[in-house]
Amino acid sequence: MFEDEFKKDSDVRRGKYTTVSIPITLYNRIKELIKDTGFTSVSQFVTYILREVIASMEREKLESSMISEEEKKRIIEKLRKLGYI
Amino acid sequence: MVSKPHGNKLINRVVVGRRRDHLLEEAKELPRIEISETLAADTINIAHGVYSPLEGFMTQEDYIHVLHDMRLSNDIPWTIPIILDVNPEDIVDIKEGDDITLTHNNKPIAIMKIEEIYGWDKNEYCKQVFKATDPTHPGVTKTMGRKELLIGGPIDLLNDIYEPFEKYRLWPIETRVLFEAKRWRTIAGFQTRNVPHLGHEYVQKAALTFVDGLFINPLVGWKKRGDFKDEVIARAYEVLIQHYFPKDSIVFSVLRMEMRYAGPREAVFHAIVRKNFGCTHFIVGRDHAGVGNFYKPYEAWEIFKEFPDLGITPLFIRESFYCKKCGGFVNEKICPHSDENRIRISGTKLRRFILRKEKPPEYMVRPEVFEVILSFDNPFIE
Repeated sequence: MFEDEFKKDSDVRRGKYTTVSIPITLYNRIKELIKDTGFTSVSQFVTYILREVIASMEREKLESSMISEEEKKRIIEKLRKLGYI
Repeated sequence: MVSKPHGNKLINRVVVGRRRDHLLEEAKELPRIEISETLAADTINIAHGVYSPLEGFMTQEDYIHVLHDMRLSNDIPWTIPIILDVNPEDIVDIKEGDDITLTHNNKPIAIMKIEEIYGWDKNEYCKQVFKATDPTHPGVTKTMGRKELLIGGPIDLLNDIYEPFEKYRLWPIETRVLFEAKRWRTIAGFQTRNVPHLGHEYVQKAALTFVDGLFINPLVGWKKRGDFKDEVIARAYEVLIQHYFPKDSIVFSVLRMEMRYAGPREAVFHAIVRKNFGCTHFIVGRDHAGVGNFYKPYEAWEIFKEFPDLGITPLFIRESFYCKKCGGFVNEKICPHSDENRIRISGTKLRRFILRKEKPPEYMVRPEVFEVILSFDNPFIE
C-alpha cells in the first residue's frame, strides 16, 4: 500500500496542507495522548513530531566538515592576526 | 560540535578572483539600483551566510510563507522577511529575469538576478511581523515608509561596504573555525543592542556556567533614537571583557544588521542567525527585541515552542535584579525576598545617571564601563 502511495506522491504537492494516512489505531492513541496538552489536534501533534525528527535526520546526513583545509588555514591566520587565537 | 548551518547549508555568494573581475566589468553595463546602508548590510549578510539558507532577497512565495506561517516555502523555520523594496520608477526598464547592479553610495555592491517583482501590503506586514500597526512602534513607522514594490532573487557579492568595526567583524565561516580551534562544543550566543550593565553580565555568566563559550554579538547599524551609538557599545564591551571575563571563554564580534523591534519573531530570527555563526544555544531574556509595551515580558519564550526543528537551543534566562538581602544579582526563581529588597536595573535608569553624569551604584554598572560611556559627548543616537 505504501509503495503505491510513494509512486503517486513522486510529484511535489502545492498548497498549504495535504493528507497523509496513518493507521486509525495510531490516530486514536495520539488523540488520547495529547488530551490536556498544548496540542489542539492530532495533525498539529504529528506535524510537530515529524519536523523534529526530520530536522534531526537531515543534520545527521550532513557531512561533518564543509570547509577545505586550505580555507581553514587562511581563516586561522586571519583570526591570529586579529588576536582571536 | 558547532551547530549545523540553518537549512544545512552555509551560503557563500561572495565572488572572488577572475569571476569577480569579470562581473565588476559586467556590473558597469547593467541597470543600477541604489540601496540604503541597511539593505547593503542585508546583501552582505546574505552573501556571507549570516542568513543561510537564503541566497538572495525573498521572492513572493517565501515572503508569504514567512509572513503567515513563519517558515520558508521549503518548511524551514524563518520568521522575518528579508526583502528589497523599490519604487516603481526605479524599475521602469527592468523586468523579471534581468540582472541588475545593487549600488550603495554609487559603488557596486552586488549583482542581483531579478526572479520576481511583486507588490506587498505593508499594513499586513506590520500586523504579522510586529503584531502592531501603531505608528509609535519604530518598526511600523519604518515599514510604512518603505517603497511600494519588492524585488526578489539571488545575489552575488562584489564589494563589502566600509565597516568601521572591521577588527571585530567575523563571518559565520570564521566563527565556526574559531569555535572549533577553541575546542568549544557548546556555544551560547548573546544578542544585544545596549551597553552592558550588571544585569546583562549576570545573564551572560549564568549561561556561560553551562556552556563552553559565550559569543557576544551586538548589532551595529540602524537603531531607534535614544539607543546607544555603536562605538559606545563596542568600547564598553572591550573594557567589560578585559576586566571581568575569562578570555578563553568569550568571543566578541559585531554584526551589522538593523534592529526590527519585532519581539518574539525577531527572537527566533536572532537565534537562527547565531546558529549560522555556529552557536548551539541562544540566550533569550526578558522582552527580547521588544519595544515599549508592545510585547509581554516573556512572550519571546513562548514562540520557540512552535519550532521543534530550529536546531539551536534557546536558553531562557529570567530577568535579574540586585537583592539587598541576597547581596548580589539573583532572579525571581532563586530569591525568596520581598520586592522592597530588589533593585531592578534598566537601561532607562542607567540613562538617567549618564545624562546627569552622576556615578551610578556599583551594582548597576561596572565603573570601567561607565567611564567609557562618559568619555563620549553624547553616547546616544539622535
